Amino acid sequence: MIGSFLDQFWSLTFGGLSLGFIYILIALGYTMVYGVLRMINFANSEIFMVGTFATIIIIRDVFKFTQTSEYATGFRLWLILATALIFAMMVSGTLSMIVEIVAYRRLRRMNSGVLAPLISAIGVSMVLAESVRILTDSRPVASPRAMEKRFIGQFFDAGIRIDNTIIVISALVLFGILMSFVNKTRMGKAIRAVSMNPNAARLMGINIDGVVSATFLVGGLMTGAAGFFYVLKYENTASNIGFELGIAAFTAAILGGIGNIKGAFFGGLALGLLETYASFFLGTQWKAVTVFIVLVLVLYTRPNGLFGEALTQTRA
Amino acid sequence: MINLRDKGAEIWENQGRVGRVVLALCGVTVVASLPFLGGTILNTPIADYESVLVYPIAMFVLMAIGLNIVIGKSGLLDLGYVAFFAIGAYTMGLLGTKTGLNTWEILPIGIAMAMFSGIILGIPALKLRGDYLAIITLGFGEIVRIVALNLGALGRSEGILNIPTPPAIFGIEYTFDSHRIYYWTLLVLILLAIWMVRRLSARRAGRAWESIRQDEDAAELLGVPTFRYKIWAFVLGASVGGAAGVFYASKTLFIAPDNFTLQISILILACVVFGGMGNIWGVILGAVILGYLPDRIRFISDARLLVFGLVLVIMMNLRPDGLLPRKKREKTIDKKDAT
Repeated sequence: MIGSFLDQFWSLTFGGLSLGFIYILIALGYTMVYGVLRMINFANSEIFMVGTFATIIIIRDVFKFTQTSEYATGFRLWLILATALIFAMMVSGTLSMIVEIVAYRRLRRMNSGVLAPLISAIGVSMVLAESVRILTDSRPVASPRAMEKRFIGQFFDAGIRIDNTIIVISALVLFGILMSFVNKTRMGKAIRAVSMNPNAARLMGINIDGVVSATFLVGGLMTGAAGFFYVLKYENTASNIGFELGIAAFTAAILGGIGNIKGAFFGGLALGLLETYASFFLGTQWKAVTVFIVLVLVLYTRPNGLFGEALTQTRA
Repeated sequence: MINLRDKGAEIWENQGRVGRVVLALCGVTVVASLPFLGGTILNTPIADYESVLVYPIAMFVLMAIGLNIVIGKSGLLDLGYVAFFAIGAYTMGLLGTKTGLNTWEILPIGIAMAMFSGIILGIPALKLRGDYLAIITLGFGEIVRIVALNLGALGRSEGILNIPTPPAIFGIEYTFDSHRIYYWTLLVLILLAIWMVRRLSARRAGRAWESIRQDEDAAELLGVPTFRYKIWAFVLGASVGGAAGVFYASKTLFIAPDNFTLQISILILACVVFGGMGNIWGVILGAVILGYLPDRIRFISDARLLVFGLVLVIMMNLRPDGLLPRKKREKTIDKKDAT
């Protein structure tokens, strides 16, 4: 067991890294919202699920790929990937803003405590998951493969697959854009201000509703990108994938310290690797159990995560 | 809007002892005679009317009463309530098929198992803030299902077959299709649960839960051992869920992991929220309506979870107290608290 683990170590690691980057992007959805509202956005997992479907719509219905089509190459391939990524991000981002208006805004104005928005967000995520389930007849949906999954390099014995590479590089770029958005722009400053002290921010003339909307939008964009990468890597989706991925990404966010953007980065990577290694030893059916045990252990021993809570600490 | 809850309470409180007994007896008689109304407008076009009375309606009512202790009374959001239901059901399934014990002997064991797992989950989870508790319980509910799905001893995805029916009591035989008998037995369990919750609510535990729900820190400062009472609420809720599970298994005679998905937790949550968190009569009303409507109206039965999700959103935003809100006195404290 150990011997074959060492043999496969690098290929497991690459798989785990790309999974980790998917987790990072979803975890950013949780963390951004948590930073400003101090609330878990339960609907984030379904926003991710919708992102995966948006990706498939582009590949399958817009560019008319089928299971037997030839792979796209060159410029056409990059066009398809970019369109799918941007479309998934837009759909998820918009949906995320709508979720905020439907599930949170009114309750936030009524100052209703913690329980009510949680329940209302769970209701919204139920509605999203069920609508998609009914539309897809409860069946999983496979994505046609637009890109040949070849190896572009070799690292020790492990081949480096092109989809994993694309995921890691584009997720890094998105993460960099997000960091500079939060740290360098005016809106980013407003988001940090609201997360530090909403009342003071309001007194300074910051439009809280606008900031909250922007935060949901940004979180949704990241989560939608994760949906695209998920389809690129696993080539299928279903109306119920949000749940498992959502819990895992939430665990990643907690692991790094929820509300902390850098924390989401390291938490996502750590969880992606841990989950991949654990699946190797225990079998993939226990994946969710591993994640859950990590979640309980972290919350029990270090509830603020490894890097501490709060968006405010992302100042460079 | 008129507050039916206060109207009802007024009528009840103005009665003497005899009046109350008569009222209660009338209520129980009406509810117990529901199985005889199968041919009337109440009839359900899709499923057999009498079996609908047992599951979902009576089962939902029982579970909603249990979940209400956790959510309504003490304000702890438990999204993994199905776990306790599953643990009760699997206890019944395993012991009922592997040992010679009958349902009535397994019932206390199932309840004990559910309570025990409530403690195991509660000790780490209840130290945390509300939203973390929600996600931990959510995960726990799913873990129990995954364990059942992957452990050979629990039958994996095939589940457990040939679970025995309860043995006859007072000469009444339980057979697979004698829904009435099951319904009346569940009614007894429900009455026991109502009695337990009402007794507890009127005493120290009820006051402690109420104070935890309104302001946990203040309660702690005033000397309420909040952690202990939270565990209590959690474990009592679990015990009701476990009892429902044991009985469910010996009614359906066959259980599989698919019967215990996250959706059950959400359905029961919807019942509690729809009826009115914290008020046991509201919760019962909510469970009856949400258990009954999907079987009465064909459109809803195809999309029942969608409808229940909508119910959660709409109720939270427009009438957060539910159909039958809790007592006015408790509500005024809420209002003051919020401003």
